[in-house]
Amino acid sequence: MSEFLQQLLNGLSLGAIYALIALGYTMVYGVLRFINFAHSDVFMVGAFIGYYIGQKVPQNTIGGGLVVLLGAMLGCALLGMLIERLCYRPLRGAATLNVLITAIGVSLLLEYSGQVFFGATPRTFPSVFPSTNFAFGDLVISSNQVVVIVVTALLMVGLQLIVYRTKIGTAMRAVSLNPKAAQLVGVNNDVVISFTFGLGSALAGAGGILYALNYPSIDPLMGVMPGLKAFVAAVLGGIGNIPGAALGGLLLGTVETFVNGSQWSTYKDAIAFAILIIILLFRPAGLLGKVSVEKV
Amino acid sequence: MAHSAGVCGIVLAFAALLSLGVVASADEGPIKIGQYGAFSGKEASFGTAAHKGVILAFDEANAAGGVLGRKLELVAEDNQSKAGESATIAKKFVSRDKVVAVLGGNVSVNSLEAAPILQNAKIPMVAISSTNPRVTEMGSYIFRVCFIDPFQGAVLAKFALATLHAKRAAILTSVSNPYSVGISKVFREKFTVGGGEITIEQKHSEGDKDFRAQLTAIKAAGVDCIFHSSNYTEGALICIQARQLGLNVPIFGGDAWEAPQLIEIGGAAVEGTYYSTHASPDSTAPEMQNFIKKFRARWNGETPDSIAALGYDAAQLVFDALRRAGTTESAKLREAIATTKDFSGATGRITIDKDRNATKSAVILTVKDGKFAYVETVNP
Repeated sequence: MSEFLQQLLNGLSLGAIYALIALGYTMVYGVLRFINFAHSDVFMVGAFIGYYIGQKVPQNTIGGGLVVLLGAMLGCALLGMLIERLCYRPLRGAATLNVLITAIGVSLLLEYSGQVFFGATPRTFPSVFPSTNFAFGDLVISSNQVVVIVVTALLMVGLQLIVYRTKIGTAMRAVSLNPKAAQLVGVNNDVVISFTFGLGSALAGAGGILYALNYPSIDPLMGVMPGLKAFVAAVLGGIGNIPGAALGGLLLGTVETFVNGSQWSTYKDAIAFAILIIILLFRPAGLLGKVSVEKV
Repeated sequence: MAHSAGVCGIVLAFAALLSLGVVASADEGPIKIGQYGAFSGKEASFGTAAHKGVILAFDEANAAGGVLGRKLELVAEDNQSKAGESATIAKKFVSRDKVVAVLGGNVSVNSLEAAPILQNAKIPMVAISSTNPRVTEMGSYIFRVCFIDPFQGAVLAKFALATLHAKRAAILTSVSNPYSVGISKVFREKFTVGGGEITIEQKHSEGDKDFRAQLTAIKAAGVDCIFHSSNYTEGALICIQARQLGLNVPIFGGDAWEAPQLIEIGGAAVEGTYYSTHASPDSTAPEMQNFIKKFRARWNGETPDSIAALGYDAAQLVFDALRRAGTTESAKLREAIATTKDFSGATGRITIDKDRNATKSAVILTVKDGKFAYVETVNP
């Protein structure tokens, strides 16, 4: 029983990271209807920004940790807006496929420039937050895992509030519903889209720091696998849906952990993806997604 | 002006063609030797360490006037820790660089890629730290200067039983790494034959970062030691996560754990872990101490690990064979390498056996106060 609960805890903390990255995918998709494949590489850049700031701040303090977290979020927000301005805005109105291919191009550009600037050798991420282990009988959870779960939950709630309770959130939903009509009623689409990218990339930056805290070996290709899983999580939960992304992430992380702890661990990705296919067969729009009819 | 530059260019091109012809026909110009390995990426520690040892050997030999009256030229290529790259590099060595011998690789799977190509081209290859038995089975031109996994697995099983007094062991294998699979298999056999029990076996893939699921299962099974047979990047993360889960039994690995990054990433979590490897800088053998002195002088006081020493030995062994063969001709050079006997290297005496492997002893090291420390030597 305690093994089961421990695996559940492990799964939730892994899933929380997938969920955090998935939030960024889902938000950009919700507004622009396109998958920003460079998202997982912004996540990597976030970890590297944290790596460099982390050398300058006192180690193992909450203050230092927050400086690193906020620095990475800010850096990634700027990077995200820059990518949008330079690569996606000129393609506004072009076919979705063009933008998608550009996104893949930006992703590869970030990965390989990362290898040039940071080097391909894995770096050791500094321990910026103080870390202890909490034990409840046989159950053990590290403070870093708690930080991941709490930060993800807070960011998810914050995001939900921004989208549904603020003016800019209303504008985001308006652009998502009908960009032309939004413009007619006075919404500045460029500002809204730029903001969406900034927000999504800040989440990726936070994800990069939390991931690096838990797995302190970072390299320029570190975003590829978690990014793919997070994308799957977003689709699983219903892409474009914020609680859906969180649910998808937690589900994927938990399934992966249970398979990993069993004798079929070699098939962990195969089983996780098989579950995805089965769910999509029965619920094509994802767990919490709504089937929308394309307007012609 | 443009006209005369053109003429100059043609004359130069001619001169280049002529000189190429001369090099190809007569034994002049430098002797080219290739080295490939992971100089960057997740296995970078192996390649860079070996490379530094190899450069030291080349510098020394060239300072002493080269070999067979010719200078030596090292052609080094980085495979970036990527699958497939070593084969590409081997092809380049054969067709573009026309090297007379190749040093490397470190990671067995890289050597397995390059070996068939070099075997076909009849260019002798001396693997530096590839311990998987299949490497030298690739053909008569493939050698190595290190021990092989059946020996290393047996050493580790003996160590777990006799020194750690372990009865119930867990094995953690990287299923996509032939080195890891091979050494786990031997460990399982020898540990069981020696009276121990493999209580649980768990698997992961190359590049995985989360091992909490496997470790939780291991913890529930109740073991008194964990053997992880893959690389240092995973090894360090496994130690961190095991300690976080309150799993405080000894963890140990093979020579793929040997890298400063094990301690850098693992920090306090790798204290008291063990691994088997080829040699220890703490060894009092004069060859080793002499090598360390020269290495420190060449590389700003850095202390070499055993992979650097093996790189140095592999290069020296090829130079020695070139001297004995008296020519760079491939069949004769192969013969000279194959008949190497009691060659005195930094990692000990090297004799190449009939299967083209080196018969050597292994050492066990531990991590103590953030440094690697010598525990014991195990002879074949």
